[in-house]
Formats: sequence, structure tokens, C-alpha cells
Amino acid sequence: MTGFHLAQVNIGRIVGPIDGPELAGFVAELPAINKLAEESPGFVWRMVDDDGADATALRPDGADDLLLVNCSVWESVEALRDYVYRSDHLRVLSRRREWFTRMTEAHQAMWWVPAGHRPTVAEAMERIAVLREHGSGPDAFTFRDPHPAPTA
Amino acid sequence: MTDPLHEPEHPERPEDAEDAALAALGALGDPVRRRLYRFVAAAPDAVGRDAAAEAAGISRSLAAFHLDRLVETGLLETVFRRLSGRSGPGAGRPAKLYRRAGREHTLSLPPRAYDAAGRLLAEAVERAGLDRELQAVARERGAEQATGDAVETLRAHGYEPFREAGDEDVVRLRNCPFHSLAEEFPALVCGMNLALVEGLVAGPDGAADRWSAEMSPGPGHCCVALRRV
Repeated sequence: MTGFHLAQVNIGRIVGPIDGPELAGFVAELPAINKLAEESPGFVWRMVDDDGADATALRPDGADDLLLVNCSVWESVEALRDYVYRSDHLRVLSRRREWFTRMTEAHQAMWWVPAGHRPTVAEAMERIAVLREHGSGPDAFTFRDPHPAPTA
Repeated sequence: MTDPLHEPEHPERPEDAEDAALAALGALGDPVRRRLYRFVAAAPDAVGRDAAAEAAGISRSLAAFHLDRLVETGLLETVFRRLSGRSGPGAGRPAKLYRRAGREHTLSLPPRAYDAAGRLLAEAVERAGLDRELQAVARERGAEQATGDAVETLRAHGYEPFREAGDEDVVRLRNCPFHSLAEEFPALVCGMNLALVEGLVAGPDGAADRWSAEMSPGPGHCCVALRRV
């Protein structure tokens, strides 16, 4: 075990209001898929809104009511990868275009945090900005180009 | 500093890959060896020399010879494991077991690069956000090739279906025909694959043997599984 955990953020623009008919399928999947995350090996924490069930009420860009944010902390890149791509989450992920419009710019980022740290929305959005500006590096990276945890 | 003129040769020059593929294919020219290879490749788990010999109808020593040749050419790999039912003191040495190697061999004469085209197309589809269009095409083309016999149809398309141990109503697929692309574009390609399998297993209404496809990813097999309806 290192003293660092992996934080991951992704943002997505939904195709209609979160409480509308277009998003009903997505909203219906959330409880089970969030529970699956919490029960997955290596899960540490996930960001929730004031309701406490999920993060669908958070709006990282106050001017954009359709932009959702999702942020979680894991013990390792592999633990997160196993959940995202090697669990039932993949089934939901393969339906992403039913609910989210494609984004041309980077819409997700990973970075290492000291174990116990809980990222804020602002901090998570800053990491996406870093990735957009500088590309993948130790401060903000992706599954395609993972960076190891700091050794200190 | 490296001197470009004296750098070690790249281990994967095109002719090396072609030589390896030719050696692998050459090893399968022998019909006995081919039977052994197919038996090992189709088995859900690594198999021992005795089981392979019996399946191929040859002696254990001849099977061992051919199996080790298949390992040398990189088509099979070995694992050492105590066979189930024997453990603890007195279980003896771990048995040498064989399974299909993960390395992919591609040989096309004249050279064709459909895998490279597949990667370019996948990236373009991903960038354009055309997941649902891809899934629709996959489902349509799959349904066109459906025969009503789900398991045989999938076998004919390279999926290597097998019944899940202990559950007659679940069929898993040992092989992912799109493995490398799926590693690179998991959401896109596994979504396409699910739609394709949905189409392939679609049987006529009222058929006796009906299956539905569902996403069920796990290590070492395709992300899609079938469940009896």
C-alpha cells in the first residue's frame, strides 16, 4: 500500500434535463451501479450531492445546467479499470450516447491524492483543465497513459 | 546517447512477426497437432497431457511431444498447477497443463491491414460519438446471419461458446474476436459486440432454444454471455 490514492473525475453533458424522460433510463441505473462501485475491490470514496445518494444535483459549471460531474477515489488505476471496464458498469457505459452528448475536449482526468483526501468539485475541474491545457502528465492523466503514484 | 546506426534491432520487425506467424501455422500443418491444438484451445481451462492425448486418440508420450512443439512455436503456453481434488500433503508435484497462448498471429498474403483500418474506424466513430449507429449496424448484420441455433452461430463467428459449469442456462464465450480493439476502445467495441451477439442469437419466435445476450465481463473471456430465455 502506498500513502496515495487515485482520484478520478469525469464530466458529461446530458441530452436533456436530469428529471426528464430522456434521462429516465440513466437515473434508473444509478442506484445499482453506485452500489456496485462501493462493493468493488479498491473502492475508497465517491462524491455525492446534498441528497447523499449520487452526484446528479452537482453542476460544476453554474452556467451549464446540463453538465454533470462524477468523482471518486480508488486504491489504484487497476481497481478503477476493473470497475469501469470489467464489471456490469460496462453495460451502462456502452449506452453512454443515449444520455450524454459527445465532448470534443478532455472530459475526464485522474490524479494521485494523499490517502484520506476528498477532492472538491473545483479541484476536480482544475485537473480536467490541466489535462486540456498540458495533455497527459503526472498531475492529470488518463487510462491510456497512467502515471504511477508518487513514491514519497 | 544512442547511436541510431548501432541501436539494437527492433524486436518486432514486420518480417519477424511474419516469420512467427508462418512458424505457428506451419506447426499446425500436422493433423495430429491440429487436433491437439483445437482441443486445448476449446477447453474452458488449462488441460493436462493425458486428457489431450485421449481427445486426440494418441499416446501420452506422442501428445507430450506435439504439445511441447506447440509451446515452442508460441501457440500454447504451459502452467503448473495441482489438479483439482488433490491438494495438501501427498498431492504430489503440480501437473504441467497447457492452454492457448495470448499472443495473436496474423498472416495475410498479400499483406492486408484490416486491423489497422479497424483501429482508425473505431477512433473516428468514438470521436464522432456514433456508438448507437454502430450498435444498430452490428445488430442488423448479426440478425442477417442468425440461424436459429445460437450456440452454433456464435461458434461459426469465432466466439468459442461453452456452458457455464453448474448452470445449464448460461453460455459464456471463451474468445473475444475483437480483443485488441476492445482493450483500446472498451465502451465502443464491447457495446458493438453486445449488439452483434444480440443479432446473431436472435431466433425465430417460438423456437425451442432461445437465448438472450447480456453484458457479463470477466477475466479471460468475452464481455458478453448468453442466458436461456
